[in-house]
Amino acid sequence: MKIVVCVKQVPERDARLRIASDGRSVDTAGVATEINESDQYALEAGLRLAEGAGGEVVALLLGPDQAEEAIRRALAMGAARAIHLNDAAFQDGDASATAKALAAAARQESPDLILTGLQSDDAGWSQTGVILAELLGWPSATLIMQIEPPADGRVKVKRELESGWFQWITLPLPAVLTIQSGIYPVRYATLKGIMGAKKKEMKKLGPGDLGLDPRETGAAGRRVDVRRLYVPEKTAEAEILQGDAATAAAALVDRLQKEAKVL
Amino acid sequence: MAGAIWAVTQTEKGEAKGGSYETIAAGQKLAAALGRPLEAVVVGSGVRGAAEKVAVRKVDRVRLIDDAKLDPYTPDPYTAALRLAVEAEKPDYVLFPHTYQVRDWVPRLAAALDAGFISDVIDLRVDGADPVFVRQPHQGKLNADCAFAGTGHRLVSFQAGAFLADDAVKGDSPAEIAVQAVDLSAVEVRTQVLETFQEVENKVDLSRADVIVAVGRGIGKQENLGLVEELAAALGGQLAASRPVCDNEWLPMDRQIGSSGQTVAPRLYLAVGISGAIQHLVGMKNSGTIVAINKDANAPIFSVADYGIVGDLFEVVPALTAKVKETRGA
Repeated sequence: MKIVVCVKQVPERDARLRIASDGRSVDTAGVATEINESDQYALEAGLRLAEGAGGEVVALLLGPDQAEEAIRRALAMGAARAIHLNDAAFQDGDASATAKALAAAARQESPDLILTGLQSDDAGWSQTGVILAELLGWPSATLIMQIEPPADGRVKVKRELESGWFQWITLPLPAVLTIQSGIYPVRYATLKGIMGAKKKEMKKLGPGDLGLDPRETGAAGRRVDVRRLYVPEKTAEAEILQGDAATAAAALVDRLQKEAKVL
Repeated sequence: MAGAIWAVTQTEKGEAKGGSYETIAAGQKLAAALGRPLEAVVVGSGVRGAAEKVAVRKVDRVRLIDDAKLDPYTPDPYTAALRLAVEAEKPDYVLFPHTYQVRDWVPRLAAALDAGFISDVIDLRVDGADPVFVRQPHQGKLNADCAFAGTGHRLVSFQAGAFLADDAVKGDSPAEIAVQAVDLSAVEVRTQVLETFQEVENKVDLSRADVIVAVGRGIGKQENLGLVEELAAALGGQLAASRPVCDNEWLPMDRQIGSSGQTVAPRLYLAVGISGAIQHLVGMKNSGTIVAINKDANAPIFSVADYGIVGDLFEVVPALTAKVKETRGA
């Protein structure tokens, strides 16, 4: 079984973000990065399936040179090889433009299953994986919390619905699944894995390699523009209690007793 | 001629649910600003009753897409139904609630129509003829003003609570209900629904708690939970958590607050090491008094809190526990 897992490199969760001089994007220079959280879970789910059923996981990432760090990590976790869509023409796309490039790369691989995280921690469109499925003409299911080993050309998965409801569904392969955070505990990359990753294949592809018109990808292929990116104004201001831990704690207890009257 | 604005509802058990009326409220605002007709689109199987209820709201028309293939929900027939309807009627904007279900199929619709799709929108503004839709990327840390590029179809989904269902004003008389015929006979439904169920009943009903101490990713590891447990005990409150804590299996799922967990409104809610992603905020923002303890002064949790302490929770929480014990013991 061949499984492609789409991963994205995003700023680390606690990273301080600066708006770039264009006023429309984040200045990523010097910002610590990680693999998008739900993509880490997608990778874990893919590795478990491949280990159980036999097969390989191919990591697929679209991003600039710096994203190699995320690819190395995916390989260290256990992906057999990686494809890096790395070209100026791919950059600054929206979900639609990015999915077009991912779909072209996935077509060349013809996997049985594509896994993605349910959404990215940076842009957060929660669209790319599902658009990818439609472009490939494959079925898709989102917010997956469990995957049974595929049998008879179908895969059975548990979908998360809202308010504590779930659903078991089946869909025919090949298919795209977007993975919910928490599906399985994510493994750490071992030292052996990190050393082994250096020897694994990392194929760098551009629009020409994928037979893609550069006008359809990246910024040129956008259907949605970000006009302005800015720090939101705070709607309500919390009273921040100052001082060292003991002073602030005492002030808080005082407010909770006398002002809020909840203690 | 200017095209219509469509507000697509989500039906469950024959009722318009899942933020449907919030979407109509957003549609009313956009329609008024752009001077376009607003049409509600009710999609499902056996949903004429839902359409009649929707028709009471101030919309120019209700379009009813009613087909047996649309129950139970699966992405293929929903995508096909709306694609056919949009191609036939050519609305200018198609609006949705940003529910889990919408996230499951509307990106497919966007791809099938080669449309732009601005998802998870919290507000809209119209400057001249060109609407701007506000989203919150980077976990709510930043705002982005988004607009459509090009002339294709335009899809928008609205975050729960961005508009209020009660703001979807009623019309003078019920709107006309027009059956929107779509032929789904050739559509293959590839997804098969086996079972829809609720996980074991929540053992802990946090909705009844008077005081809740909720802990987030900032706690670092399971071994550190004792610190927060002591604070909860000192306050006579329940221990709860944000999603990452339960994902890591540090606390059971039935302690989770937020869109995928329980919704609570205790008298006092303490958020410890929780940054305040929207998925968490929707589960607790109606609490009486909210206290946030976080090392990041810019964490979104402070925007819903009444009181905040910016600092290291490993210093603040023990100090707070000691102070609470001292006060209560006195």
